Amino acid sequence: MTNGWIDIKNADMMLVMGGNPAENHPCGFKWAVEAKRTRNAKLIVVDPRFTRTAAVADLFVQIRAGSDIAFLGGMINYALANNRINKEYLVNYTNAAFVVKEGFKLPEDGLYSGFDSEKQTYDKSTWNYEEGGDLTGKAAAGATMMAAAMHAPANPAKTAPAAKGAAAAAAKPGAPPPPPMLPPNVAYDLSLEHPRCVYQLLKKQYSRYTPEMVERITGIPKDQFLKAADLFTSIRKDGDTKKVGTIIYAVGWTQHSYGTQIIRTAAMLQLLLGNIGRAGGGMNALRGHSNIQGATDMAGIFDILPGYLKVPVPNDKDWDTYVNRITPKAAKPKEWDSFNYWSNTPKFGVSLLKAMYGDAATKENGWAFHYLPKVDRRYSFADIWDDMYKGKVKGLFAFGMNGVMIGPDSQKNIDALKKADFLVVCEIYPDETSDFWKSPGITAEEQKKINTTVYRLPGAGFAEKDGTFVNSARWLQWKNAAVPPPGDAKLDQEILARIFLKVRELYQKEGGKFPDAILKATWSYTNPNNPSLAEIAKEINGKAIADITDEKTQTTIKAGQQLPGFAFLRDDGSTSSGNWLYCGSWTEAGALIQRRGTEDPSGLGIYPNWGWSWPMNRRVMYNRASCDLSGKPWDPSRKQVWWNEAAGKWVGNDVPDFKPDSNPKDHMGPFIMNPEGVGRLFVPLGAVADGPFPEHYEPFESPIANPLHPDRSNNPIVKKFKTAMDKFGTPADGFNIVCTTYRLTEHYHYWTKNNPMNVQLVPEPFVEIPEELAQEKGIKGGDKVKVTSARSEYIAKAMLTKRIRPMKIDGKTTYQIGIPIHWGYKGIAEDEGKTAKTPANLLTPTVLDPNAHTPEFKGFLVKLEKI
Amino acid sequence: MSERTVLQTQQISGHPGPVPGMGTQRDLEVCKLVDTTTCIGCKACEVACVEWNDMPFQPTMFDNTYQTMPETNWNYWNLIKFREHQREDGTLMWLMRKDQCMHCADPGCLDACPADGAIVKYANGIVDFQQENCIGCEFCISGCPFNIPRFNPATKKVYKCTLCSDRVGQGLEPACIKACPTGCLHFGTKEDMKMLAEGRAKQLRDVSGFKDAGVYDPEGVGGTHVIYVLHDAKNPELYGGLPKNPSVSFAYKAWKSFFKPLGLIGATLGFVGVVFHYVFEGPKREQPEVPPRKPEAPAGRKGA
Repeated sequence: MTNGWIDIKNADMMLVMGGNPAENHPCGFKWAVEAKRTRNAKLIVVDPRFTRTAAVADLFVQIRAGSDIAFLGGMINYALANNRINKEYLVNYTNAAFVVKEGFKLPEDGLYSGFDSEKQTYDKSTWNYEEGGDLTGKAAAGATMMAAAMHAPANPAKTAPAAKGAAAAAAKPGAPPPPPMLPPNVAYDLSLEHPRCVYQLLKKQYSRYTPEMVERITGIPKDQFLKAADLFTSIRKDGDTKKVGTIIYAVGWTQHSYGTQIIRTAAMLQLLLGNIGRAGGGMNALRGHSNIQGATDMAGIFDILPGYLKVPVPNDKDWDTYVNRITPKAAKPKEWDSFNYWSNTPKFGVSLLKAMYGDAATKENGWAFHYLPKVDRRYSFADIWDDMYKGKVKGLFAFGMNGVMIGPDSQKNIDALKKADFLVVCEIYPDETSDFWKSPGITAEEQKKINTTVYRLPGAGFAEKDGTFVNSARWLQWKNAAVPPPGDAKLDQEILARIFLKVRELYQKEGGKFPDAILKATWSYTNPNNPSLAEIAKEINGKAIADITDEKTQTTIKAGQQLPGFAFLRDDGSTSSGNWLYCGSWTEAGALIQRRGTEDPSGLGIYPNWGWSWPMNRRVMYNRASCDLSGKPWDPSRKQVWWNEAAGKWVGNDVPDFKPDSNPKDHMGPFIMNPEGVGRLFVPLGAVADGPFPEHYEPFESPIANPLHPDRSNNPIVKKFKTAMDKFGTPADGFNIVCTTYRLTEHYHYWTKNNPMNVQLVPEPFVEIPEELAQEKGIKGGDKVKVTSARSEYIAKAMLTKRIRPMKIDGKTTYQIGIPIHWGYKGIAEDEGKTAKTPANLLTPTVLDPNAHTPEFKGFLVKLEKI
Repeated sequence: MSERTVLQTQQISGHPGPVPGMGTQRDLEVCKLVDTTTCIGCKACEVACVEWNDMPFQPTMFDNTYQTMPETNWNYWNLIKFREHQREDGTLMWLMRKDQCMHCADPGCLDACPADGAIVKYANGIVDFQQENCIGCEFCISGCPFNIPRFNPATKKVYKCTLCSDRVGQGLEPACIKACPTGCLHFGTKEDMKMLAEGRAKQLRDVSGFKDAGVYDPEGVGGTHVIYVLHDAKNPELYGGLPKNPSVSFAYKAWKSFFKPLGLIGATLGFVGVVFHYVFEGPKREQPEVPPRKPEAPAGRKGA
């Protein structure tokens, strides 16, 4: 979340889409209800189903699963056409005025400039800004250039290889061409009239997303779409800049083959309306587990290091090459200022390596950079299973997750495990992963042929552990253990520490190919076999290794002291920090993450002394944007931060997320993590792989051809797999019902099916089916039905409902059905023989978003029959 | 609120004569407010109720709905009733109403109950069943206009929501209120809750376009200590069968207000009669006991 849970109470307008917070985040959802009750805020819910959230909405709109970009693109078109924007914000806080390079082409045919159809990748060199200066008022010249650009045959196949050839010739053999850079001096047009300025391109891009087109793609009747668009953008009616709207989403947006772009479309809409950085606004991702935010921050993903540092790749031959590649340089209009906070990357990186390798990381050896693994390709969740299925991955440690149930395409995961040598499962129950060899359909004969050794480690439950949860609002909150783990069950850190120490012992005794990375890792805990999480939290915050002095404030931190914040991090080896974002969470003042102060002087729900949020306890990120250009809050009744002229600094109720002494006259952009300093309506250089603006593509399995460009229906760079298990269905094969998957309030993933209380609330698996479809198929409530996808089938009872209605998609009547994901082959209902013992994710396809590598769990095709 | 003031007894089932604590302060009347317009049907209240009251689980069956079971049960006092409702304009509503004992000011169960002290109504409005006095006759079930009390065949007693009288007596809110994540449940004095409810109903009418929004606090049972905010107060039946005009059945009213006093009058008259009889006739005189005559054996037979 850019904002936070409690902050939702400050909203005037709420759009919930790609999420069902009442169902999956009922406690946090209280703040949406609070906004309704205390501010008369409006709640708009857009979902394939009339959900529990929709039950308390002011407006519900039923959308076809996977057509979100079309809806949001239509909203952008509506906001632009009806002047429902914050112009001052748009011009000064986004890249709307930036001029884009000649040769950049919009995807009218479904492709941006630079597509290589053979490799299914883009050459992104035209996805960049024009070098230059102030072009304001010089639009006429630009217009002719634009016309030329647009009439030029924008055939990427012609231009791209030539460009690549030239680059390849210049580079040494084997080395890749130097990556294109952002121009330091960006051309811009403050009148927004330049035909190649981002604003004009944006307008052109989404002018195709007419209400009629939105209706064809999403199935939302034009009048309903217009009602929703009018209501959401009504906060900017008649030039109002006081009101604020928030967008709240969850995995309903990420689980698509273009999920990142859905979220971007929404973020762009928020930038147009000037809603980012403001109390009651923002882009608010609701994380689906209690600590998924912490897992992400601490790099529980293959392509980042802690604190979102980019992961090293094989071409990063040394520390300097790596750090130069990943440290951005400011790229902005010459007259503007940009904080470019990522310019501090070397400090974050060196401090991380010092935390990992201590004295073994020296300036001379490039901070032991050579100890870090270099990531040569994609190693996402789905790739791990694919590699195991192909026999490349020989063993798996499954901690805190049930990989078989998570899927996608669960049967592939089960079959992959059959080929593994070993499987280690640390859990509190036997689960579908540990018992994969007993999954339905495996005969006793087959079981004998499975040679995977399964080790089950007794883990501890959440109430048996202390430590922090990082919530969706980026708040680190310490919790105490309620009870000790029962019997021989152990805490995760003890299990992991003992495995690590054993591995290290083996390296010590026997040597190995590359022992140093293991032998020299720091492990200076009081109890090495069971490190306390408090000690680890302190280590992550970081400390001074030598005395350091902050020149500005003349504060000295003595060697060995905890660092007060990431501004003190150094790139000379005098500091260590396990995650720069958490630096400031456990200082010499103590564990800020354990604070329980309930005072809220501003009444904005900031609670500055409760726990601690990254970065540096800022509750709303980019909060400089809550003020106008002169540094005054857009809405004086919701004052977050402001410029204090007398003091010459930014002050406020929240911690300013900004350079504290940057005078508004210097025009420093509020989006300090972008080298431009402004919000990106246009994302340059492939920071998002599938295009600088989002474009609607169909789900990989779709009932229709894309009405925008039928010949280019899907995301051209979608990632898919090619094993025999990776099969896809089409309407021509009879797969013509859109299916989506989700969770219920009553259950928590695949655990609570072991708890009688939860089982009492919802005892058995079911499939939600529109009444009309049920009637067509002769299905009554409670009948057993079989859902079949190209991959597998799923059997459960039918729940007939009015809450999913038939839709007209591109003129065709289309049905959607929904499956809650909670049941498998281990659990109370399963043991009682009340289920078909099949996981819902047997049905889902392995098709990945090219940016986040999230599988398309939502919006795939199935058949439905009564059995 | 101390237990002493809050749990002052106001009415007791089947109890002859005056009731201790009758007619105490009105401002201590407690009330639960259920705002159905902000209920998300998460069932936290159901779980809290089961857990606080330490009730045994029971197997449930899939029944083509999100609702946990068709009706409340002897071990399930708090149930959210789900209903999909299509409005005249074609838009859909998913109505969710937390069903439980309404704690009527004029409790039909209490009127119907013949067992002395099995049903107690406290001055704070809580109507509580005292299972140790319950004779299992199930009259309370037929006396309730909301179909709430439930018979446990194993114990032969009747059970229902106590409004957590044990918690309220200690100054705590009922368990369901504490568990509610959205704040759709409120607890306080009847007066405060009524005001809060009316305010919310007005907001729904003025801002949210629900022109028939209102508060459900039915007069037929003298008002209730559980009140609802409804989007459509004209059609409470839509909310899982909330009765439009609930009232205590005439038979039980008659039993309580007419026949029972009549019985008492009868008994009193009987007593008066006895007194008059004494005055005019004097005390009952001791009658000399007539010794039983011993049958004499006919001599002739003895010897025969």
